[in-house]
Amino acid sequence: MKEEIIIAGFGGQGVLSMGKILAYAALTDNLEVTWMPSYGPEQRGGTANVTVILSDKQISSPVLDTFDTAVILNQQSLDKFESKVKPGGTLIYDSYGIHRSPTRTDINVYKVDAMEATFDFKNAKTYNMIVLGALLKIRPVVPLESVMTGLKKVLPARHHHLLDLNRQAITKGMDLVKL
Amino acid sequence: MEEVRLMKGNEAIAHAAVRYGVDGYFGYPITPQSEVLETLEELMPWETTGMVVLQAESEVAAINMVYGGASTGKAVMTSSSSPGVSLMQEGLSYIAAGELPALVVNVMRGGPGLGTIHPSQADYFQATKGGGHGDYHFIVLAPATVQEMADFVGLGFDLAFKYRTPVMMLADGIVGQMMEKVVLPPARPRRTEQEIAEQCPWAVTGRPEWRKPNVLTTLELDSYKMEENNRRYQQTYDLIKRNEVRYKEYHTEDAEYLIVAFGSIARICLKAIEDARERGIKIGLVRPVTLWPFPEEIISELSKKVKGILVVELNAGQMIEDVRMAAKDRVPVYHFGRLGGIVPNPQEVLDAFEDRFLKSK
Amino acid sequence: MENNEYIKRPENLVYSKPRLLNDNNMHYCPGCSHGVVHRLVAEVIEEMGVEHKTIGIAPVGCAVFAYSYIDVDWIEAAHGRAPAVATAVRRLNPDRLVFTYQGDGDLAAIGTAETIHAANRGENITIIFINNGIYGMTGGQMAPTTLEGMTTSTTPYGRRVDLNGYPLKITELLAQLPGTCYVTRQSVHTPATVRKTKQAIRKAFENSLAGKGTSVVEVVSTCNSGWKMSPAKANEWMVENMFPAYPPGDLKNEE
Repeated sequence: MKEEIIIAGFGGQGVLSMGKILAYAALTDNLEVTWMPSYGPEQRGGTANVTVILSDKQISSPVLDTFDTAVILNQQSLDKFESKVKPGGTLIYDSYGIHRSPTRTDINVYKVDAMEATFDFKNAKTYNMIVLGALLKIRPVVPLESVMTGLKKVLPARHHHLLDLNRQAITKGMDLVKL
Repeated sequence: MEEVRLMKGNEAIAHAAVRYGVDGYFGYPITPQSEVLETLEELMPWETTGMVVLQAESEVAAINMVYGGASTGKAVMTSSSSPGVSLMQEGLSYIAAGELPALVVNVMRGGPGLGTIHPSQADYFQATKGGGHGDYHFIVLAPATVQEMADFVGLGFDLAFKYRTPVMMLADGIVGQMMEKVVLPPARPRRTEQEIAEQCPWAVTGRPEWRKPNVLTTLELDSYKMEENNRRYQQTYDLIKRNEVRYKEYHTEDAEYLIVAFGSIARICLKAIEDARERGIKIGLVRPVTLWPFPEEIISELSKKVKGILVVELNAGQMIEDVRMAAKDRVPVYHFGRLGGIVPNPQEVLDAFEDRFLKSK
Repeated sequence: MENNEYIKRPENLVYSKPRLLNDNNMHYCPGCSHGVVHRLVAEVIEEMGVEHKTIGIAPVGCAVFAYSYIDVDWIEAAHGRAPAVATAVRRLNPDRLVFTYQGDGDLAAIGTAETIHAANRGENITIIFINNGIYGMTGGQMAPTTLEGMTTSTTPYGRRVDLNGYPLKITELLAQLPGTCYVTRQSVHTPATVRKTKQAIRKAFENSLAGKGTSVVEVVSTCNSGWKMSPAKANEWMVENMFPAYPPGDLKNEE
């Protein structure tokens, strides 16, 4: 098993922490994992992306040119990474703020209206968890319980009362996807 | 069972330092390595092991704090990134001249000047050829994984005290910022004053009645004596060259071509090599773990077997000089590098390899 | 001759060199203030009985060889960096007496940042600051504390503030910082002032051992070679010209 994932969007959308939760889930499942962020001031407002590789074998390069799965949350990221998805791979995107839809036909494209779904929660911070739920439904690389364990490690203890809300958001994201 | 944890390379350095029993860390914030200082401040090791952690007013002050701390026989370290390490060069020259053990981490970023904050390996010359004034070297370790970021703290200090020399861990923004699995070294106590006195009789600790003053100075106006000092430094360097060369080989047994790369870039090359092997192109990889002393013997040996060598580094061609000296014109040695903070992906490495070796020119 | 032999008799001994001041010939010029301050430092350490836990940090400047004359453990720092070196030494060895011995160029030009930040952190160290308004070791160039109009080899027509700025009153500056507990300015040109300076050094050392914060003892000094005067004339010139700019006395003395 090996899954090479890029998650890309604006800084502030929770791109890096979504990748981090995925990485911790992989740790729980005894997988090998690398989490390589684009780092620096761009995290705050500019574009941000993170490459997460999960594998049952040792991982060589943490830097990749093509991906099994791309999670795309803004137009710039779509422009940059649509061509980088391997043929037969997966592209998941939120149409919110995207004015040119993906055009490739040799990959599996999923539209997930995660931004709209945050309105149901009346909490914009659930956004990345909804996206994560959608990703896990489409690519079940780690089980939900491992994700919850991962989340517990990423969230500081003072935010642990939010675990349940996050679980709901992940479930919501799963429900948004009709396979 | 050892606990497997997930953390950034920079964080691993901080955790490993506390566990190794480091006495003091002195640093100044600079991207992409500020997590070292941040993590140490968060861990509050002064409450547990008694380790001193101090944010200095500049890299100049930080390296001189290291000089002071090391003079008293303590295990002390600093970390910075390229522009900050440039500021430390004066202090490093003094630490080398004072024959002091210390660990300096450089998480390199793109230069010259203020440059970018993104990964680079352009400080290879500065690290391996003696970046400050005078005729000196220090051991340079190049970690490629978060595990090595943790392990090289202990290895670095062990070597530093064994040879009384500063050791530099030359990392880059990739291995500093990425998270992967790591098993931290076992915790051990800091050395006692008694142990320091036994292991470091030269240490400046305050003079007991029974001995002469210990004076740590790098000044010697008598040039004949200064030449003697230099000869002693060179003897140490010769000993290090004989004993401490470290490298890793991958797929070299049947290799027709060789890639030489260090640090995290070696991992990108390894992926490129694995992709190439699927297409029947047999490339091997040598990853120098010590950049000084440089693993010239293995490269010299392999240069007798392969058709060509590609040196991949995030600079305009620095380590290639050492590779060429080892390969002695036996085979063509080419360079591929990206500059200023750009990291090539495995496909680019492969393209560069094919361009140099497989296309008829 | 007879007189000499008489004077040397033990019962007529009224003064002896402190034990910690060794027999090496000092490289200082005749009339230089360094020799006197060295003796005071050695005397105070000896009288306090703390040589086994004293670490001195020597500067770059005339006092670069301080470690050759006072028999305690020393570290010779890079130019200006003594307070940073002392910071780490004291923090890693909290029961030690740690002092720096620095001139005006070392402390107030190239090492200004290290000086101010060590004092601002309230490091438990003593800074002994020899201010003679000139770079002695390199041959008499302008220092940050060189007086307006004063002739040096790099201000051959006198220091001009429009070109070189003003004499830097770094000690006044340090006295403003909450991290300092004791800031004083002394001199060593008369027996009385020598005694006062010795008291100041003792007080500073006691503060450092007690962990009260940073202590600064400035000693306004002469450089008769650099000033190109006889030692006696240099003392007079110091009183007339240096003291108005750098008046002796305590600037801060927190109990």
